[in-house]
Amino acid sequence: MTGAGRLVRLILRRDRIIMPVWAVLLGLVPAGYVASFEGLFPTDAERIDYARLSATNTGFVTLYGPLHGSSLGELVAWRAGFLPVLAGLCALLTVIRHTRADEEAGRTELIGAAAVGRHAQLAAAVLTTCAAGLLMGVVLTAAMVGQGLPAAGSLAFGAEMTLSVFVFAGVGAVAAQLTSGARGARSIALTVLAAAFVLRVGGDTSAVGDGSLRWMSWLSPIGWVQHLFPYGVNDWWPALLALAFTVVTVAVAGRLQSRRDLGVGQLPARLGPASAPAGLSSPFGLAWRLHRGMLVAWTIGFALLGLIFGGVGASVLDIAAGNQGLSDVFTRLGGSDALVDSYFAGIASIVGLIAACYGVQTTLRMRDEEQTGHTEAVLTTSVSRYTWAGTNLFFALLGPAVVLAVEGLATSLTYPDGDLGEILGGVLVQLPAVWVLAGVAVLAFGLVPRLSAVAWAPPAMCLLVLLVGQTLQLDQWFLDISPFTHVPKLPGGDLSALPLVSLTVVAAALTAVGVTGLRRRNVPE
Amino acid sequence: MTEAITATGLVKRFGKVTALDGLDLHVATGEVHGFLGPNGAGKTTTIRILLGLSRHNGGAVQLLGGNPWTEATELHKRLAYVPGDVTLWPALTGGEVIDLLGRLRGGLDPRRKAELLERFQLDPRKKGRTYSKGNRQKVGLIAALSSDVELLILDEPTSGLDPLMEEVFREVILEEKRRGDRTVLLSSHILSEVEALCDRLTIIRDGRTIETGTLTDMRHLTRTTIQAELAGPPDGLATLAGVHDFQLDHDRVRFDVDTDALEPALQKLVKVGVRSLVSQPPSLEELFLRQYQKDER
Repeated sequence: MTGAGRLVRLILRRDRIIMPVWAVLLGLVPAGYVASFEGLFPTDAERIDYARLSATNTGFVTLYGPLHGSSLGELVAWRAGFLPVLAGLCALLTVIRHTRADEEAGRTELIGAAAVGRHAQLAAAVLTTCAAGLLMGVVLTAAMVGQGLPAAGSLAFGAEMTLSVFVFAGVGAVAAQLTSGARGARSIALTVLAAAFVLRVGGDTSAVGDGSLRWMSWLSPIGWVQHLFPYGVNDWWPALLALAFTVVTVAVAGRLQSRRDLGVGQLPARLGPASAPAGLSSPFGLAWRLHRGMLVAWTIGFALLGLIFGGVGASVLDIAAGNQGLSDVFTRLGGSDALVDSYFAGIASIVGLIAACYGVQTTLRMRDEEQTGHTEAVLTTSVSRYTWAGTNLFFALLGPAVVLAVEGLATSLTYPDGDLGEILGGVLVQLPAVWVLAGVAVLAFGLVPRLSAVAWAPPAMCLLVLLVGQTLQLDQWFLDISPFTHVPKLPGGDLSALPLVSLTVVAAALTAVGVTGLRRRNVPE
Repeated sequence: MTEAITATGLVKRFGKVTALDGLDLHVATGEVHGFLGPNGAGKTTTIRILLGLSRHNGGAVQLLGGNPWTEATELHKRLAYVPGDVTLWPALTGGEVIDLLGRLRGGLDPRRKAELLERFQLDPRKKGRTYSKGNRQKVGLIAALSSDVELLILDEPTSGLDPLMEEVFREVILEEKRRGDRTVLLSSHILSEVEALCDRLTIIRDGRTIETGTLTDMRHLTRTTIQAELAGPPDGLATLAGVHDFQLDHDRVRFDVDTDALEPALQKLVKVGVRSLVSQPPSLEELFLRQYQKDER
């Protein structure tokens, strides 16, 4: 551990802007919910009504988790149910950035040769990330108490977020030991995060229906922290589960690190072919080699999502049937068909946004390739910049189409009552919106390559619109920022071509300008 | 003689920083041309412009008779490039990268590849991420040398290679040179390498060409070091035009003399009477240092 203190300071210096931003921002978001709920539902009766509807709305339960009460605090804590996922995301990315990414870049070697203990870097990364998690919890608790909510519940609420950071700092620490590349480590940790989310969704939505699968929530660290139920029961024992998980994962990471050499993962490097197969002889062949892993991983992920959403869709009907009050509401809205339709339409925009993240990630892979010098190697052969960009964009633009189609097909497997065409159409109409976000990434990459990471801002913005938009009845212009707002709501809504064509034209224009920018600039820039 | 590379008055600015400030580079077809300069002089920037990766802000440049920016793709079929720091795709093996780059360039000779793998002692089955710096460099070199191209652009290609492999590199380049139809632009700061391989060289500093010509040409501009044991006092030698750093210790003298003052200086020595004489031609090292010092003044 020698030198860990200095390394903590190094991390704080390197992350002096980004770390306070995510820690404080995620801590402050729920304060906005308090004001919104107070404005929207001034009376207890209105709040109780809203809570009763929301607790059984599978779309809401999918996104935010279970709701067991109707007090203001409980509603706010429930509404913030997606924030633990984001906190976990920040935590695992931070830990990997300061462990495996440094190791891969060779910086760890430099540090390791100094008077620094073997575990110092891992310890410093985990400690700093956990400290950021504590900061997030403190900010959140203080903000809630400041808004006049009960102190005990606010403390539990803060703990929910802090523990999410702890747990996924541990996940990141283990993932960083497994592979020799930061990209692989990130994929593993993100898969664990996604699995935790999916398990929670499965358990919670099942609890809304017959409850046969509700145990799934207890397999998920996100499920644990949500079972603190701040402002309701304020149950603290799931916190012990999360703490124990953190301690065990960090200990495992330490053990794994002791057993390996610097720069390598747990799996021994194997020998490969001495010459390239016939397929690897064109820019497209290279792009396929670079993108196929991600395509397969995302396809599996989307297939799982589809299976779960389809299964939940089946229970949506049961819920409506079992609740007279709800049935009345839905009959007024157009019958149970309308209920199921709106469920699938709602799911489709969530799925679309996730597919957009895949599109943006794949587009930005070009920047990675540029920065590592690989692009230079390709462009000094007889491959033009257009061809190089085109073969990569083929996967960035059509990859999302593949995963969306797979999601739709998987949904119809577990929801056989639905019309395959309608379900598939509902997710595939998201594509133009996905392309717009990927187009922004191409634009950034072509025109302002050093700032390529800003391409993540639009998906984040769309997520914000999705999270706070409709339920808080914000102004239409705010909702309009997201291209997903303009996509026809299918099934159920009208399939109008105009928004789809317009979005596609915008995406094409963004992509064309971006690629032209790439042709005109220095590589690498 | 036709020129494979012609750059005149090349200017490249990065924001407020001027990387190239009127650089001239002329490489004749079929020659091995050394491209020398200290770190940060602009060697890599120049090469990037020649490869169409960067666009120059001023001056004119022609590569194999074409415009390196607008005709990049066509021209690249006729050249191969090895950067100073070869990076490989982590999941591809060395052999796969060699084949891929060769095929993207328009084909490579499998026998030549096998021969070079043998000579450079590279295991092509390892994954990119597991190669050391020197071995990555070998992958780049083998990929470039296995292609039948007119022009090789090598940017400090031997960085990270051990001395044995540097020797192999020299042999291979000398063989290429004997073929006579291949042009090589070799950027380097290993002077013995340049001395052994290059017909002509260009020395740059701060984005400007400060010297260009054959090694012999450049030696004319430099000084020979003379050490002699004399029979009598060397009167007048110290003040002779073209004699520098004159040192006298009893009957031994040591001085540097400009090439064009060599004859009068030697006549003076003969007049006094010479018991022993050692003369050292200027090495490239000295040439290099002198150019830089001259430029600093």
